[in-house]
Amino acid sequence: MARKLPPKDVVIVGLGWTGAILAHELTDAGLDVVAIERGPWRDTATDFNIGYMQDELRYAIRKDLFLQPAQEAMTMRNNTSQRALPMRDYGSFLPGTGVGGAGVHWNGHTWRFWQSDFQTKSHLTQRYGEARIADLQVQDWGVTYDEMESAYDRFEHLCGISGKAGNLNGQIQQGGNPFEDPRKRDYPLPPMQMTYAPTLFAEAARSLGHHPFPTPAANLSKSYVNPLGIAMGECTMCGFCERFGCANYSKASAQTTILPVLMRKSNFEARCNSEVLQVNLDATGKMAKGVTYVDSSGVEWEQPAEMVLLCAYGLHNARLMMLSKIGKIYDPQSGEGTIGRNYCYQTNAGISLFFEDKNFNPFIASGACGQTMDDFNGDAFDHGGLDFVGGAGINCIPTNGRPIGFRPTPPGTPRWGSAWKKATKDHYLSTFGFSSQGSSYAARGNYLDLDPTYKDRFGRPLLRMTFDFPDNDIRMSHWVSDRMVEIAKALKPKQYVEGRRNKSWSSVPYQSTHNTGGAIMGADPKTSAVNKYLQSWDVPNVFVIGASAFPQNPGKNPTGTVGALAFHAADAIRNQYLRNPGAALVQA
Amino acid sequence: MKPSRIAAAVAALVVSAGVAGAVELPFDQIEAGRYQAVLGDCAGCHTAPGGKPYAGGVALDTPFGTLVAPNITPDGATGIGNWSEEEFRRALKQGVGHSGKRLYPAMPYTAYTKMTDSDVAALWAYMRTVQPVSNAVQSNKLPFPFNIRLLMAGWNWINFTPGTFKSDPKKSAEWNRGAYIVEAAGHCSVCHAPKSALGADKGGLTGTVLQGWFAPNITGNLHDGVGPWSADDIVSYLKTGVGHGSVGSGPMREVIEASTSKMTDADLKAIAVYLKDLPAPDKAPKPVAADDPAMQTGARIYAANCSACHNGDGSGQGALFPKLAGNSAVQQGDPTSLIHIVLAGSQGAVTTAAPTTPAMPSLAWRLTDQQVADVLTYIRNSWGNAAHPVSPGAVGTLRGELKKGS
Repeated sequence: MARKLPPKDVVIVGLGWTGAILAHELTDAGLDVVAIERGPWRDTATDFNIGYMQDELRYAIRKDLFLQPAQEAMTMRNNTSQRALPMRDYGSFLPGTGVGGAGVHWNGHTWRFWQSDFQTKSHLTQRYGEARIADLQVQDWGVTYDEMESAYDRFEHLCGISGKAGNLNGQIQQGGNPFEDPRKRDYPLPPMQMTYAPTLFAEAARSLGHHPFPTPAANLSKSYVNPLGIAMGECTMCGFCERFGCANYSKASAQTTILPVLMRKSNFEARCNSEVLQVNLDATGKMAKGVTYVDSSGVEWEQPAEMVLLCAYGLHNARLMMLSKIGKIYDPQSGEGTIGRNYCYQTNAGISLFFEDKNFNPFIASGACGQTMDDFNGDAFDHGGLDFVGGAGINCIPTNGRPIGFRPTPPGTPRWGSAWKKATKDHYLSTFGFSSQGSSYAARGNYLDLDPTYKDRFGRPLLRMTFDFPDNDIRMSHWVSDRMVEIAKALKPKQYVEGRRNKSWSSVPYQSTHNTGGAIMGADPKTSAVNKYLQSWDVPNVFVIGASAFPQNPGKNPTGTVGALAFHAADAIRNQYLRNPGAALVQA
Repeated sequence: MKPSRIAAAVAALVVSAGVAGAVELPFDQIEAGRYQAVLGDCAGCHTAPGGKPYAGGVALDTPFGTLVAPNITPDGATGIGNWSEEEFRRALKQGVGHSGKRLYPAMPYTAYTKMTDSDVAALWAYMRTVQPVSNAVQSNKLPFPFNIRLLMAGWNWINFTPGTFKSDPKKSAEWNRGAYIVEAAGHCSVCHAPKSALGADKGGLTGTVLQGWFAPNITGNLHDGVGPWSADDIVSYLKTGVGHGSVGSGPMREVIEASTSKMTDADLKAIAVYLKDLPAPDKAPKPVAADDPAMQTGARIYAANCSACHNGDGSGQGALFPKLAGNSAVQQGDPTSLIHIVLAGSQGAVTTAAPTTPAMPSLAWRLTDQQVADVLTYIRNSWGNAAHPVSPGAVGTLRGELKKGS
């Protein structure tokens, strides 16, 4: 029996990027807010210590900062004819845990999605006809790019993003991304200083008529003070971003951009090492009463609240809704139900280039210091004569030269012994790669639900993931890989080695922690879990914020849009919801 | 949620109205007293971290033992609710408390004695409006014989001159205002003046060691004082915690947070003008030669451990990582604070203007006494800096003290 705590105005589940942004915004609005985080408290000097943060074995290989399967596992299968089995270890994707969430150990690529992304279904239907997307379940988001512009801008300035605008108020800017939609002002910081490999890549891409530009980075090109007055440092290019916390205050995260101010507010409280079991609904099932959580000593608590914000990792948001009986779980047979619908991922491929006469110093790197070209991303190019929709950003972003993980050797090299040692020595400095980060478009058979067999340590069913790459996305990825080969040839390496994307999805090798959907936003309650303000259609005092809201995933990293959605939802709560608490902001 | 919040706000109003009504003192005088409490940083000692305002409980480690700051809320039984204004004035200005009890000079009556009677009266008026809190504090935890309060009569006879602040007509009003704050309510000498064997101020503000830190030279000395700082640098440092490439931490962190950041800009400027004008002999030592073995080892340790934040040229990064090149705090005659920071780490002050509170992690587990000494010798003698080398023995001694204290 849970012990009941004094009520709060707002309870937030998860203190990562979205939880921190919402907590900051709603405490500014005068509300009394508690955030419940299942992982530990983490701060820069104490947890990302400059003296040991670059411990590759501990953080990158043994995954010290990530969610462990003992805490919460998931089951997976490629299609409904298979029996899902638990992942014994997180491999293909690595959900975060702890204060800061996955925002602690991200690389920092910070994108805006395009108007054509927000209106995927109507845009593609209008341009190519309905038949073209018949085997997909793509949807519109219910928001437009113009509605999101200021939210993107606020997230970029919160973080101190280093980049170059490609389109300022409709004017294409030399050196930026010409395919982006108009932004009202430039990034807060100039692009990072380029290293050698992306510089060569950009030259080759340009020689083929493409439009490479500096990747917008949450690793800072200069020291910066954000709008909250919080100071951040210039990135030292240490090459320990992804899977690591930043020891130098130079990668944007909740820790480096919000928490120093948020934690000192008297109307905010964070409870760590406390896992929310469910959102509690009233007898009608139409309003949330708060949440029940378990603290680190196993004691169960009930935290009543007027509003519940689900700000956990997207997959966990979807599962918490299912466990709490908010909305109806999606059924792939009937196509009915919204929770778990349109789970999407990312369709990636790569290519490695081996040179004899070049030195790339791969250890001088940061998570997002590189060059991207969007010529073949989204609908930036005409798909008229092609057999797919969607596309991929092509990224040359050498993130590290770490001693365990970065050992490029050509095919045929033994996996161990003196020949392997010699090969790693020969190729360490003179190899680089680039990759395509492809869209992942929704398909009827890709979804999330609750596993009928396997349970977590509290006896709750595990999340079951049913996913394989849709044929459309595989065709897209191969077409983009052909373009990458053209670029590779222009670079004249001694040898290039392709890593193409083929079926079926495996949960074992790392691919991407860009899991999207499951509680998607939209204009129709029959096909979406939340409205355009991230408010649950079914329980209006619950908001669900994160990549769980993406109806499908474009060929770009999600965090920029996740941060923008957090500001977008916060605005709706502050300016609309609080005037009439408990009411739906959009009439179904 | 609205009705409950409004009800709570109304209830709060009723309570505060009740308190104010019970005391009935002029608002202006109370406000002036509130500001005197800021100048005197009363909260620094008398408010425990996370505790009720002025209810006591901060332990002060003195060379003679531990003293705990008492409850000074107007609670009758455990605070100063039974005191008269005259007793309050006598405690502040003469170190004699209720019913003649001798105060220890951890209570800086040696400085407060220079406060004007009207400022003391205002402070008294304000302290009467503070929420009474019942919190019994045992102040005197000193070992024998220092626990005998009467000894302080003798101490005072040797070390204490009661008196009032005398302005210097040859100086500007601003200078005199600065002098008054520094010498009286601000009690800067308590930390920054060199001490006698009996713990008394020897005069001047050239710095001294206390609680494992070296409170630096804050005279106008051009080498290790605030001579090279502009008045605006000093104002910024005291107001925000960041100035002249320095980030306030250590015991000064609390002073900045509770006191100087809440002072008026005019008063901070006055303090700056006064400090910069304090005479002190400029005695820059010859820098240790770059080919000295400690410097060469120190350079390598610096590159591997320090340069990522403080930069290879010691230039630091604004409000985040202190500048080491040309920083007077780095070139103090006594390196205790530097050793402390390297061994134990440190966190910057938090103010409204500079909320980041960047922290330096402890490197005690990573560097030996010799390595700490070498890297500090290097920092103290590079990029134009010059200061005495640091000995591994000094590092070992402080390491031992910090271990004992933790």
